Amino acid sequence: MKHKSAFALAATLALVLSAPVALPVLAQEGAPSAPYAYRQLPDPDQEARAKALMVTLRCVMCQSQSIADSDAPIAGDMRSEVRTRIAAGEDPEHIRQWLIQRYGDYVSFTPQVKPITWPLFAAPVAILLLAGLLLRGRFGKGTRT
Amino acid sequence: MIAEIGLAVLWMAAALAMLQLIAGGLSLRPEGRQLAALVRPVAVMQGVLVLVAFGALVTLFVTTDLSVKLVVDNSHSAKPLIFKIAGTWGNHEGSMLLWVTIMAVAGAFVALIERRLEERTLIATLAGQAFISLGFYAFLLIASNPFARLQEPVDDGQGLNPLLQDVGLAFHPPTLYVGYVGLSIAFSFAVGALVTRNVGPAFARAMRPWVLGAWIFLTVGITAGSYWAYYTLGWGGWWFWDPVENASLMPWLAATALLHSVSVLASRDALRAWTVMLGVVAFSMSMVGTFLVRSGILTSVHAFAVDPQRGTFILALLAIDIGSALALFGVRASTVSEGARFSFLSREASLVFNNVMLCGILGIVLVGTLYPLVTESMGVKVSVGAPYFNPVSAIFAFPMLLVMAVGPMLRWRKDRLDGERARRVSLPLAACGLLAVVVLVGVELTAHRISLLPALGIAMASGLVPASLLPLVGRNLRRTPFAVWGMVVAHLGLAVALFGMASESAFTTERLAALSIGETRDVGPWQVRLDGMMPVAGPNYTALEASVTARYEGGAPIVLHPEAESFANPPGTRNQSALLTRWNGQLYTVLGEQGDDGRWQMRFWWKPFVPLIWVGGLMVALGGFLALLGRVAADVRRLVAKDKIAWRRMRQGR
Amino acid sequence: MSVHENRVGENQAGENRGGARMRLGLWLPLAIFAALIALFVHGLLRPADTSVASAFVGNPLPQFDLPAANSERPGLATAAFHSGKPRLLNIFASWCVPCAAESPQLAQLAQSGAVIEGIAIQDKPQDLARFLANNGNPYAAIGKDDDRKVQLEIGSSGVPETFIIDGRGVIRYQHIGDIRPEDVPMLLAKLKEAGA
Repeated sequence: MKHKSAFALAATLALVLSAPVALPVLAQEGAPSAPYAYRQLPDPDQEARAKALMVTLRCVMCQSQSIADSDAPIAGDMRSEVRTRIAAGEDPEHIRQWLIQRYGDYVSFTPQVKPITWPLFAAPVAILLLAGLLLRGRFGKGTRT
Repeated sequence: MIAEIGLAVLWMAAALAMLQLIAGGLSLRPEGRQLAALVRPVAVMQGVLVLVAFGALVTLFVTTDLSVKLVVDNSHSAKPLIFKIAGTWGNHEGSMLLWVTIMAVAGAFVALIERRLEERTLIATLAGQAFISLGFYAFLLIASNPFARLQEPVDDGQGLNPLLQDVGLAFHPPTLYVGYVGLSIAFSFAVGALVTRNVGPAFARAMRPWVLGAWIFLTVGITAGSYWAYYTLGWGGWWFWDPVENASLMPWLAATALLHSVSVLASRDALRAWTVMLGVVAFSMSMVGTFLVRSGILTSVHAFAVDPQRGTFILALLAIDIGSALALFGVRASTVSEGARFSFLSREASLVFNNVMLCGILGIVLVGTLYPLVTESMGVKVSVGAPYFNPVSAIFAFPMLLVMAVGPMLRWRKDRLDGERARRVSLPLAACGLLAVVVLVGVELTAHRISLLPALGIAMASGLVPASLLPLVGRNLRRTPFAVWGMVVAHLGLAVALFGMASESAFTTERLAALSIGETRDVGPWQVRLDGMMPVAGPNYTALEASVTARYEGGAPIVLHPEAESFANPPGTRNQSALLTRWNGQLYTVLGEQGDDGRWQMRFWWKPFVPLIWVGGLMVALGGFLALLGRVAADVRRLVAKDKIAWRRMRQGR
Repeated sequence: MSVHENRVGENQAGENRGGARMRLGLWLPLAIFAALIALFVHGLLRPADTSVASAFVGNPLPQFDLPAANSERPGLATAAFHSGKPRLLNIFASWCVPCAAESPQLAQLAQSGAVIEGIAIQDKPQDLARFLANNGNPYAAIGKDDDRKVQLEIGSSGVPETFIIDGRGVIRYQHIGDIRPEDVPMLLAKLKEAGA
């Protein structure tokens, strides 16, 4: 996947000699210092619960990524918040509601059952009905002839 | 000079498309009969001219002509050749030119080789193709001229976003594109058949290779895109239900349904209106997808060439093309009779059932993708993601997979499962079902904390693998037609991919670790050790490269090099993951940042059987390819035989 | 059009009542498609807004007590907002470019009598000191929020953001992004409104 050549090696040397400041991976934004941004909970059960919740929470700074898939600093801090709360024994759904209170339904990839989302949940039922109608029409006639 | 030639040729091609539409349209009336002879040659000429125009643009990119605006904006003289060529379509104008090129060249091929279809229907098809093309010519020539010159040539181009300088860009977008646009041929066939009220097996046979071809490209494009996202985004995800991903999935679902219904129509003369409908839907999903990606009305992690004004243009084309086709469908479909009947227990019935299930999944993906737009128009922002798409599409997918196992074993028209047939069909299928149940129970008993969907997926896949091979049992494998091989390989591929998806979801081990040099961690069956850090430089970036030694269950050490890369121009960082593939899975390593304590943030995943997702996807495409090969070979044989007969007759002086 | 077609169909094939219904069904795809186009047009006309507004406006500030971000100003606690006088709460960071861009407007707001409390996100004292030296220091207090605890608590998703808090500590308004010169009168008006 990666190509490195003699040229690259020479460039490396030049770089090391001339600009050592460029070497640390530059953080354009503040590095997340929150304790659990990049650290897992020691208890695997709790970590699994936190992970299951994090993949369903939307990073509010990113373009359609969950906080479990993002390098954005705020995603790290949100991960830490989630892990800390799970470790304190809080229910995952409670944490989701806490975030929804602050960021709105947008923050949850799991659509909440609310008046505004009912068509979303009616959709599979409607499609199933339509499918049933289509299939019945076809087979009903088929057996008659 | 090349740019001017390209533009002039493009105008001529547009004029020919206009001629093709008018001549084709008029020739359908009795007084315009003579014009019919014009349509085929014009279609071929149009294809040739567009190809010349596209060649001109590629030449401008390859030679880095710095007086052309598009080249300056998107290329650079020092870029490797492959990225110069890929740069041709790595932008809005070029990709639109590619769009018309594929469309016109495909149209030219139809005009050149299609002889089985009734001439009137074919002329109507070509006129329909010209109609869609004209919209895109107008878009190109009026609003997005790829050949525009700059007032003053500049010293060098601005280059391509380095994050896009990946082999992924060279292959994923054009592959997907050929698939998208290839479906336009299916669309035009459907329109032509509706106009001339000639929906039958000949129409289906003419349409089938185009649907197959487009579908193969879509399959490869989606598979490649998924793998590209998987190794680039750095968190081990391979499908995010992101709007742009869904935009590519929807045409695929429609094309898959179309592929199967067109087979029923070709061999059994049933499902006439339904097939025509799917032909329209499949291409409309391509256009909806293009619109969603280009207009930027939905936020996506893979946004490309976003511009609301272009969105408006594409939306207008979408409304005109698809709207008129659907109106035509409303008027004409009632005159299309349903065709041959079949019983509840027959291969047709299983194909119909799965067609409906595929459309169900398509409906769910469409609703889920667009619902945030609906609520936003009411002032509320919501998100719809995997927790909705996975279980809700499973409602349709699991029954579909069950029927997929049974269908190929059934006979056309009417089957009875008693006596001999029970021994041949029911028993082996029951054995496969039993295997699935045993696996499900086994997984539930042994695996810790595994959720329902992945468990069902693994069980289903285990049953599907043998079940999809059953149609080969009792056949002479050497004389088995390519089409049957294609079906078996594609269905097997789907089972394999399903197994990979379910296994990834169920058994992935994640390990986030802050490591000092020399420290070791366990990642599932692996022991990984951070050996050292090395600064390296790529052609246009600098990077820190980690040396990680991985041992599988204490075995021989293998070294991996994940990198954290920084680009200066334009500034940005990228975590280049390093992957280690074994027969039973993949180790995924990512280098993060250095903490204040000097330790390195590293991310590791052990993903059992995850490569099967893409292996399966490619198998599905290979299945399509085998089927296409079979169909084309049969067509060629028939043509050769016809020619021989004609030649003999000529020699005998008849 | 469709109704007409159906009548004709019914007259011709009177025995097949399902036929007319079927024929109406043939127009269903076009109807769905028309709805889709309407949705897309609406989506294109709506100005693109990618920011995530806080859903917490209207709620009282949560309890917090942030330490001082550097030596120039004290830290920030919820109690500061219960003085009876509305205040601005500016979320910022020295590493954020738009935060520097809005500093003249913050200075103007402070001159017009607004009390501005600051919360610095993931900042180092020396970076912050340099930032304040370069861009001015309109803040009454600057709390240090390294884990974005308070930021998450009030539903703020980035920097800079400016909240208006009334005299009883209730969040009344959220301004996302940097404050432009034309925003200043509006913010002053909102501030006045919150004090009423």
